[in-house]
Amino acid sequence: MSEQQIKNFTLNFGPQHPAAHGVLRLVLEMDGEVIDRADPHIGLLHRGTEKLIEHKTYLQAVPYFDRLDYVAPQNQEHAFAIAVEKLANIEVPPRGQYIRVIFAELGRVLNHVFNVCAYAMDIGAMTPMLWGFEEREKIMEFCERVSGARLHMAYFRPGGVAIDMPEGLADDIMEWVEKFPQMIADLEGLLTENRIFKQRTVSIGIITAEQAMDWGFSGPNLRASGVAWDLRKSQPYDVYDKVDFDVPIAKHGDCYDRYLIRIYEMYESLKIIKQCLEKMPPGPVTCDDHKFSPPKRNDMKQSMEALIHHFKLFTEGYHVPAGETYSVVEAPKGEFGVFLISDGSNKPYRCKIRAPGFAHLQALDFLSKGHMLADVVANIGSLDIVFGEIDR
Amino acid sequence: MADAQPHIQNLKVLRDAVANELGEIVTSSQIIRGELVFNVARDSIVKVLTFLRDDVNCQFKMLMELCGVDYPEREDRFDVVYCLLSLTLNQRVKVKIQTNTSSSVPSVVNVYSAANWWEREAWDLFGIYFSDHPDLRRILSDYGFEGHPLRKDFPLTGYVELRYDDEQKRVVYEPVKLSQEFRNFDFLSPWEGVHQILPGDEKVVKSSEEKGGDG
Repeated sequence: MSEQQIKNFTLNFGPQHPAAHGVLRLVLEMDGEVIDRADPHIGLLHRGTEKLIEHKTYLQAVPYFDRLDYVAPQNQEHAFAIAVEKLANIEVPPRGQYIRVIFAELGRVLNHVFNVCAYAMDIGAMTPMLWGFEEREKIMEFCERVSGARLHMAYFRPGGVAIDMPEGLADDIMEWVEKFPQMIADLEGLLTENRIFKQRTVSIGIITAEQAMDWGFSGPNLRASGVAWDLRKSQPYDVYDKVDFDVPIAKHGDCYDRYLIRIYEMYESLKIIKQCLEKMPPGPVTCDDHKFSPPKRNDMKQSMEALIHHFKLFTEGYHVPAGETYSVVEAPKGEFGVFLISDGSNKPYRCKIRAPGFAHLQALDFLSKGHMLADVVANIGSLDIVFGEIDR
Repeated sequence: MADAQPHIQNLKVLRDAVANELGEIVTSSQIIRGELVFNVARDSIVKVLTFLRDDVNCQFKMLMELCGVDYPEREDRFDVVYCLLSLTLNQRVKVKIQTNTSSSVPSVVNVYSAANWWEREAWDLFGIYFSDHPDLRRILSDYGFEGHPLRKDFPLTGYVELRYDDEQKRVVYEPVKLSQEFRNFDFLSPWEGVHQILPGDEKVVKSSEEKGGDG
């Protein structure tokens, strides 16, 4: 038999592929069915968010953050709000902080339910997706009741939150918190010991702690590699230092561990929400400095000054003192940072958004090398990729 | 905010240690709002980051962010900011260098693998050139895009827009046509922006100063 030259061939994965989690175009160089090199082409959802924010006032910039990671919008707003508060030196009243933590944790559950279910569907399990979306709808109803929007809430504002929670919402969230563990248990029943699921995920896409740090991993993906690091614990913001919760850690750093971490984080989120609902004091939800937060509608009918404040805030906006800050939150996907530079005017001079998914996706080449084509799908699913935040 | 003081103290210790070790490479350093910033010489960025990563007292093992900032009025118009994180110290530090359109910045991909895409992004959006980068392609903008959109002199609306042309059966690029002119409001407040000196006011101030001087 004569010797044959076997050439690698190149496979285009996406941008329109249900397992590409959005608009990922992945150019795969393959040796047979084994991946030699994975080259993600991103930017197909690039909307120039950072450029747009430079041309908008601080308040107008808030909704752009919803549209980054649209699976858990409120957590992004949280980072921006904290960055502005740091520059402008605003203190958020306790009730505002508690509400923000409650909704940030609801956002985490929103994200993890979505990710676990979409991930399971990518590798062949249909049912979790159907169950999970029903559950997400319940959480999004809470979001709708508090802000009027299911997804793009624009609820966390620099200085606090937009408005107080409506009456009865706290009780309903509490009721949901009691019921939700059953849902996670059901999900676990379908997946955790599922033979097919484990065959597709265990020992796939292993990344060690050292490598994960080198690649800038954060959040569940870092913790799956055995690094005990959670910004809510180590650099607490808002009232995370006043609630008691655990940080689940795994040690293998494979796709299966990344799934498990998300499942256990949901239980912890429920703990946090429950404690916040119990501890939440009455009082104002935004800072009472009307140079930053709009006055109450009722005051505007009575007071000339309130009317002027309102007018100025929604036309000119507020001026943030010159300076810069890199503020971070533990978003469901990892460390979400906002590097905000103010020149003292009413618009940010520069607003760089540090999306956790960006760092995770660039490690895909590293994770997929030597794996089969089907494992790329498991890797993408386990990294929790959402293109809104990666492409910005 | 109870633990703010020891935090600042730790940062000061760290700053002095790094400044001692690196000597003249660090041109200046500040601690503002509890955030430590080193300004360093452009050509020694690899050395600085390697030191910060490997030194036992620093251990900044993670590069969390790398971004460009444009100050068009400066001679070295770009800042490149590296945000590092140390898990063992639980500290963050920012390292800044300055560069311009014609010179290159040494790539730090060999120090932190994560820098790869962020450097590509800075190249794409600002046109900051990184030497020795393994694969310096555009990353976020369109295939065949021209210009560097995050520069301050790049218009918000860009130069080209695209649409699907039904006759040619493909997407075509055309110069931007705005149906409404881009509205950029001057928000400078008439109450704060105008110097409220009525004609004759300056005389009043002067005379009172004279009085003060006499007394």
